[in-house]
Amino acid sequence: MTINEIQDEIIDEFSFFGDWMEKYEYIIDLGKGLSLIDEQYKTDDYLIRGCQSRVWLRADAAPGGKVVFTADSDAVITKGIIALLMRVLSDQTATEVANADLYFIDKIGLKEHLSPTRSNGLLSMVKQMKLYGLALSTQAS
Amino acid sequence: MLNSPSQSQTVDFAKIREDFPILHRSVKGKPMVFLDSAASSQKPKAVIDVLNQYYENTNANVHRGVYQLSQEATDAFEAGRRKVQAFINARHEHEVIFVRGTTEGINLVASSFGRQFLQAGDEILISAMEHHSNIVPWQLIAGQTGASLRVIPVSDTGELDMEAFDSLLHERTKIVALTHVSNTMGTINPVKTIIGKAHQKGIPVLIDGAQAIPHMEIDVQELDADFYVFSGHKMLGPTGIGILYGKEKWLNQMPPYHGGGEMIKTVTFAETTYADLPHKFEAGTPDISGAIGLGAAIDYINAVGRDAIAAYEHQLLEYGTQKMLEIPGIRIIGTAENKASVISFLLEGTHPFDVGTILDQMGVAVRTGHHCTQPLMERFEIPGTVRASFALYNNFEDIDRLVEAVQKAATMLR
Repeated sequence: MTINEIQDEIIDEFSFFGDWMEKYEYIIDLGKGLSLIDEQYKTDDYLIRGCQSRVWLRADAAPGGKVVFTADSDAVITKGIIALLMRVLSDQTATEVANADLYFIDKIGLKEHLSPTRSNGLLSMVKQMKLYGLALSTQAS
Repeated sequence: MLNSPSQSQTVDFAKIREDFPILHRSVKGKPMVFLDSAASSQKPKAVIDVLNQYYENTNANVHRGVYQLSQEATDAFEAGRRKVQAFINARHEHEVIFVRGTTEGINLVASSFGRQFLQAGDEILISAMEHHSNIVPWQLIAGQTGASLRVIPVSDTGELDMEAFDSLLHERTKIVALTHVSNTMGTINPVKTIIGKAHQKGIPVLIDGAQAIPHMEIDVQELDADFYVFSGHKMLGPTGIGILYGKEKWLNQMPPYHGGGEMIKTVTFAETTYADLPHKFEAGTPDISGAIGLGAAIDYINAVGRDAIAAYEHQLLEYGTQKMLEIPGIRIIGTAENKASVISFLLEGTHPFDVGTILDQMGVAVRTGHHCTQPLMERFEIPGTVRASFALYNNFEDIDRLVEAVQKAATMLR
């Protein structure tokens, strides 16, 4: 699936939630899932400094010009949103990651979590993911 | 607006709430519960009206015009200074310096006092519960002068270790810089005792009063503080205005902080002589409307009465603490005997950021994070807290809404 196909799929899933509680319960469930990064990478080298919650991010090049992301956070809501971002951006080609237009966040009513004032590290994380995508796509070409 | 005398029995705090227009708005479809006054307080209509009136009727630059409008603006601006003087009982009007806020006030003292009095080997004594704005300015001047920072430890209840203070205070100490009330925990520090002990050794003391001034009567002469610094926006006044109170004897010995207009007597390219206090420390066009608005905030607080405010806020604190402790897994950070109306807490098994997010969804505004006190968070080995802080316009229903929202967060997150 392309990045936009996955985004549309998520938007469709979220349209079934009746209120904010159902939506957040889903995100919290995602956040409570398995660790999305190997424990050995939860170090300062992989830390994205947000003001409030800590976020760790790692990118690996995969065959076919693809990039695989792993990430984690100490806050469960942040981690749940990370899980959504992984679903959209991980295992896509580096060029597509670098050029991705992440419209799904706004459409599912989570825009505030990616605002610069929220300082939860998510906005920095998205920027960092795109930078990795850019770096890996330049390497490839 | 209240005109009643300042007796706690006669103050109708339900009516006070009506004076704050912003409290009528809703957030996410629910009536807003504002519990972040320790970060910035809301403003009564009286303050908002004075700001409007200033820009509609009086706006002109101060201290230089010969024309009537500038004279009126200058009079209103200086009246603000006299209101502050009376509010904190400063001996002289010129000991009240207008700054942008507490942060700028502390930076001013750290820089000007430090350049004049600090040298290699000297010590600056602060505490482990200081806001970053009472740490970093001292680190900067320490780096420039070769002085070093010493830190009074904090106990498990969030109180200063006074025995450690006694032993840290010695001949190398050149200044003590301490918060009056902890922004994170609400602890009220025994600043009068501390100032007394420091003065016995001839050491001046700066008090960060940002969190104290909205909640209690401050008399700088009674405290005998050498410097007392606070912000207008935390005490119902506008943002961008703050106060540095300094004893004349220190301010006169300190070099200017900023250079520019207003702060000079004569300027030639060879030499400049500086203006007298307070203008020596007020370079450039000041926050005129802010000073006038702060004066209006002081009028408002005086009309309610500081004793009445303190008594009412204490009731909110007691009620809130009791209700919060009924929630399973709540841990309050800061359990000092002497506390201002702040409840900082953790909910077992959850991250403060997640709790804050759920509370926001329920229309309850709290602060989450390290509250600009990272060393204190390290002391307690926690990533941050959720902080609810109460002001005179809050009520018991606000606390019930908070408790309900925290219970909901516990159900959802655990």
